[in-house]
Amino acid sequence: MSRMIVSVSPHIRDKTTTAVIMRDVLIALFPALIAAILVFGWRSLLVTAVCVVSCMTGEWAFEKLTGRPNTVGDLSAAVTGVLLAYSLPAGIPVWQAVLGSLVAIAVVKQLFGGIGRNFANPAVTARIVMLLAFSETMTAWVIPDAVSGATPLAVLKGGDLQNLPGLLQMLLGVRGGCLGETGALALLAGGAYLLIRRVISWHTPAAFAGTVLLLTFLLGKQPVYQLMSGGLLLGAFFMATDYSTTPMTNSGRLIFGVGCGLITVLIRVWGNYPEGVSFSILMMNILTPYIARFTRQRPLGGAKL
Amino acid sequence: MAGRKLPGISVPHRKHTAEKIPRRLPVPPMVCIPVSMHIGAPARPVVQVGDTVKVGQLIAEADGAMSSPVYSGVSGKVKKIDDLLMSAGQRVPAVVIETDGEQAGSGAFTAPCVSDFATFIGAVRQSGVVGLGGAGFPTAVKLDVADLSKLETIIVNGAECEPYITSDTRTMIDDAESVRGGVMLLREYMKAKDIVIAVEKNKPRCIKIFSEMFRDDGHVRVAALPAVYPQGAEKVLIYNTTGRLVPEGGLPIDIGVIVINCTTLAAIEKYIRTGTPLYEKCVTVDGSAVASPGNVIVPIGTPLRDVFAFCGGFSERPGKVLYGGPMMGIAVPDLEQTVLKNTNAVLALSAREAEPPEETACIRCGRCMARCPLRLSPAEIESAYRRNRPDELEALRVGLCMECGCCAYVCPANRHLVQTNKLSKALLRSYRAVKPAVKEESA
Repeated sequence: MSRMIVSVSPHIRDKTTTAVIMRDVLIALFPALIAAILVFGWRSLLVTAVCVVSCMTGEWAFEKLTGRPNTVGDLSAAVTGVLLAYSLPAGIPVWQAVLGSLVAIAVVKQLFGGIGRNFANPAVTARIVMLLAFSETMTAWVIPDAVSGATPLAVLKGGDLQNLPGLLQMLLGVRGGCLGETGALALLAGGAYLLIRRVISWHTPAAFAGTVLLLTFLLGKQPVYQLMSGGLLLGAFFMATDYSTTPMTNSGRLIFGVGCGLITVLIRVWGNYPEGVSFSILMMNILTPYIARFTRQRPLGGAKL
Repeated sequence: MAGRKLPGISVPHRKHTAEKIPRRLPVPPMVCIPVSMHIGAPARPVVQVGDTVKVGQLIAEADGAMSSPVYSGVSGKVKKIDDLLMSAGQRVPAVVIETDGEQAGSGAFTAPCVSDFATFIGAVRQSGVVGLGGAGFPTAVKLDVADLSKLETIIVNGAECEPYITSDTRTMIDDAESVRGGVMLLREYMKAKDIVIAVEKNKPRCIKIFSEMFRDDGHVRVAALPAVYPQGAEKVLIYNTTGRLVPEGGLPIDIGVIVINCTTLAAIEKYIRTGTPLYEKCVTVDGSAVASPGNVIVPIGTPLRDVFAFCGGFSERPGKVLYGGPMMGIAVPDLEQTVLKNTNAVLALSAREAEPPEETACIRCGRCMARCPLRLSPAEIESAYRRNRPDELEALRVGLCMECGCCAYVCPANRHLVQTNKLSKALLRSYRAVKPAVKEESA
């Protein structure tokens, strides 16, 4: 009589695994890659490929060296690579992209214990490191021929509003900026896919975008352009919704989103930098454990006897 | 009816056997009946090796109030009284009977004399009926309410939310009259003014039967509930039909509610009407490794191998065999295990399906928390358990967990969340046991 497996229930599991979720995120990010190639040329694809390969190789090598189980197959490193690439200008030197990827994977993710353990978003943090380390190349925007020579955020910050691209150009992503952040329609389509697939909940992106819209409307700062400028859509749908570094409850996610929106507007309107999405997400990442503590869901069970 | 429903999950229904009319298993050559098939003290064997027993004969008597008598479902000779290792790990005496195939004694029962609440409870105790939905809680203890005026609602549980299982469905279809009779008994002796028959919407035939049966009865209503697992879990069912919450460590009666499984109720009615005690069960036999799934009526104590053999044997090598459904069922080590009072299904899963999925790191997605019917935080419970923090486990109210398995089912990292919750409860119990002593020392 052959032996039977004995284990604790449940004996069936949903088919959705970490790899399935990450694959969905990659699918959702794909339209923005098409937009990037159309707007900024084939170099967008090169930068994205470099970051993805560097992140995945970096993760494999780190885990090999430290004797941890190989997690490259869960595709989370690939997601980090794409997100980092999308927050870089298309003209970034390849070696800088490689270095940034290694910072994201080795320092921000693996040194804190790997997937699920890192408290800061690897792509966001690596981008900030690169912005400080390579400030020249990181702000050397590739400007599409069709629009004037400044990013919309720079125009909003102090330039002549006449130089803003048209709304259609904003939606299609024909404007200066990081390679994957400009295609508003493509990012919205990706966000919708994630919502439909229930990979993310609406709470964070709605709170983030809603706060920015409301505050910039009250301040008279072109709310619609603010929403589609900089990395806001990319950040709200793909970075502020990262599982490991944001609250697990919906009420926590609302607070997280509002905080991101608030900090973004503060930096954009009063700060020295034209853009504040990355900083806002990193700030809120740091606050996440405290948000989690105060938004823990209350068990249903009446009073204890 | 409560508008707000507790969260849960969509599981595959796999009710392949819902239309399979139960067939009676030919008397097996041997049965092995453990004397503990309920929560509480094991029953005391009253037969000796060599005794001849008849169908329906008492073979073990209840040992105190929190116990239940055991009857034989076969006629034959007591071969031995064995020490049986049960699937939960405890050893209990089991009466092994070599059958003679005569089934002498069946049908020759006298109905008990029931005239008031006390004799009703006495009859329920004598019937040997325990919670047949799976819990195995002695039904007489549950129904023996100290103050009947506190009882407001009785819920007859026909939700049957576990995948595969259809034995309750068959009770509601084939024994609808017994369920009706049971409802009348509850009305008469428990003075129940509000009786809810709760059925999931994936059993429209059952809903139709009872809606028509009780159309003109102002005290009985049929609640058609969404087929969301774990709709049939006691706490969930109570909340979704009455809007009330059972307190931690409390019983439904504390909030004026009793939940009784439909098959349990039918078994009580059958005993009170005919004197037939609980000695056989209808079990659903299904699973990817079973050749021809169906519902089978078997004497309690029948080895699983005979039950599976009756259903065409295995179409492929089974990797895992379960008592009950795949969400909360108990895996058994071998096919020598026998059908118990509270066995409502036996499933054989193929080796491929039985292979446990690889556990990966928690990605903090929050799915376990979003899907917990009782809004617990399994990810945080797991973290507290791994850090050996019973104080945090207490604050996280792990004691409320009913081990329905929604968290583990949806976990993309395949974490063993139910197992961790069980271990966490044990850790919390030992912490609570020690805590007063610590306090005294420091005082």
